[in-house]
Amino acid sequence: MGTSRVGGAVIAGARGLYLAVVSLAGGIIFFVNAVLAIAFIPLGIGVLTTPLVLTYLRKYANLRRVQAGEWSDVHIPIPYRPFPPNMRRGLMGQVDRCHLMLKDPATWRDLQWLLVDMTAGFVVAIFAPALLLYMLYGWVLAFGVWEPIYNAGGGEWYAFIHVTSQTDANYAAALGTALFVLGIFVNPALIRTHFRLARTFIAPTTSMRERELALRVDHLTETRHDAVDTSAAELRRIERDLHDGAQARLVAMGMDLGTIEALVESNPAKAKELLAKARQNSGEALTELRDLVRGIHPPVLAERGLGDAVKALALRLPVSTEVDVELRGRAEAPVESAAYFAVSESLTNVIKHAGADRIWVDLHHSEGMLRIAVTDNGKGGAALGTGSGLSGIERRLGTFDGVLAVSSPVGGPTMVTMEIPCELS
Amino acid sequence: MRVVLAEDLFLLRDGLVRMLEAFDFEIAAAVESGPELTKALAELQPDVAVVDVRLPPSHTDEGLQCALAARRAKPGLPVLVLSQHVEQLYARELLADGTGGVGYLLKDRVFDAAQFIDAVRRVAAGGTAMDPQVIQQLLSRRSADQPLGALTPREREVLELMAQGRSNAAIAAQLVVTERAIAKHTSNIFGKLDLPVSDDDNRRVLAVLAYLDQGR
Repeated sequence: MGTSRVGGAVIAGARGLYLAVVSLAGGIIFFVNAVLAIAFIPLGIGVLTTPLVLTYLRKYANLRRVQAGEWSDVHIPIPYRPFPPNMRRGLMGQVDRCHLMLKDPATWRDLQWLLVDMTAGFVVAIFAPALLLYMLYGWVLAFGVWEPIYNAGGGEWYAFIHVTSQTDANYAAALGTALFVLGIFVNPALIRTHFRLARTFIAPTTSMRERELALRVDHLTETRHDAVDTSAAELRRIERDLHDGAQARLVAMGMDLGTIEALVESNPAKAKELLAKARQNSGEALTELRDLVRGIHPPVLAERGLGDAVKALALRLPVSTEVDVELRGRAEAPVESAAYFAVSESLTNVIKHAGADRIWVDLHHSEGMLRIAVTDNGKGGAALGTGSGLSGIERRLGTFDGVLAVSSPVGGPTMVTMEIPCELS
Repeated sequence: MRVVLAEDLFLLRDGLVRMLEAFDFEIAAAVESGPELTKALAELQPDVAVVDVRLPPSHTDEGLQCALAARRAKPGLPVLVLSQHVEQLYARELLADGTGGVGYLLKDRVFDAAQFIDAVRRVAAGGTAMDPQVIQQLLSRRSADQPLGALTPREREVLELMAQGRSNAAIAAQLVVTERAIAKHTSNIFGKLDLPVSDDDNRRVLAVLAYLDQGR
């Protein structure tokens, strides 16, 4: 029997004691409060208290979900439906929240779990410390404490042993020791059982998962539509730019060259003038093509990746910009491109609207997430909503499951944070 | 003067070879990839290298990286970098070691043979040749700030040409004024920008770029 096993059992015993206390106390407190809050809904007051109590209940349940994963490797996913992003504020928002929470089946399963947790969950958990600690009492009896109890007329029972003599007390001590040994072997399993019991109640059910999948499909369909629309618009823009710009200039150049061919002997001065114009046209065609390429896929991005591309972008801004990059590799090209243009659009917004004289861009990657923050010391008051440039960025990131958050109190500063899940290579 | 040329597009490489030969340059090697360039620069010890930023096998900034590595191995090795686009980021990397003998031009500048050859010669002689676009970006970025705002339009024009790497004589020729007038403008500029005066063409550019970098 290794010391690690004993140590593990003792830790499991301590956790069992903790879980027993918490499941009993927490169960009673949350269940009573939740039932009261819901019961008071018809009176009105419950509408305000229910979301509050349920929010705390969810936090409590989430804490146990985390403990289940950390202590016993039992993974319990979170089943709650997310709130829609554009919730109303104030009293009406609270009513909406109450309604949405009561409609969520996970709420009712939480309440069922509280009942099971404070009974069966408690019993399973309390066994873990009990198996270890009961031995002490057996030994205390065996060391002579049985005698005064017996003499005082107490019919002391140790488990199923009626202790009336030293022999009985010795049996008790032996039984206690046996229970201790048993505890060493079963304690971690007891804790795991406690969490498995919880999992059957507070993990998402099949129908909840199906609903979640359906929502995910809806979301993907929506972002795909956005992506298709955006790329179609982009293609139209490129086609138009080529047609009106570089292509037209090349045609003009060809015409000039034709004229030059005819004039070169009869009017060399005029031919020379046209040659200069042709060269100018070719130069301008090149500039237009270059700008077009920069708009599709900036050369620095292709050559150096996101970090240097953003640095190069910052160098062209009229506002002093600090760029901090912490990327240990490159993301896939489409992700890089989306991130680059998102940053570029945010910076354009800052220049156009914020009236800032300093900008900070911070790029880093950790735990499978590319995080970008664009902060300025401008006048603030930027909002996410229909029609703002920020929703364009949000759509762009949405295609890659990325999200955008804006913090911009009136008076500034404004901080735009973007997160895109991706791996670097 | 011996030149190593690196350019992956055959047509452009061929054109450059012919143009350089027409102006009495000796082509020591004309290569088409990064590794070949590195080898040629190490073995042939050319007087100047003309290098495309994007080269195989990576087709990213392989040419620029090779040039920078070669200059680290042999400080002051004259390198003229050609690119389809110009970025201040790359210009700074080229100028960073401060030893001179660098150029960074848009590929279109090749169209004007006389100017292009002038740039190659200037770089080979240890001077600089910066593309007007890089300089314009730098100047427009800082134009709102003091003390650049204190310059007269003529002085700004002179500063722009000076930053490209031109000598006073060349600036005088371009602006059709006397060299003495340019010398007066430059000393005014240095005075307004609070820069120590120096005779060296290359030091002038570095001083200008360093100044333009400061405000960030």
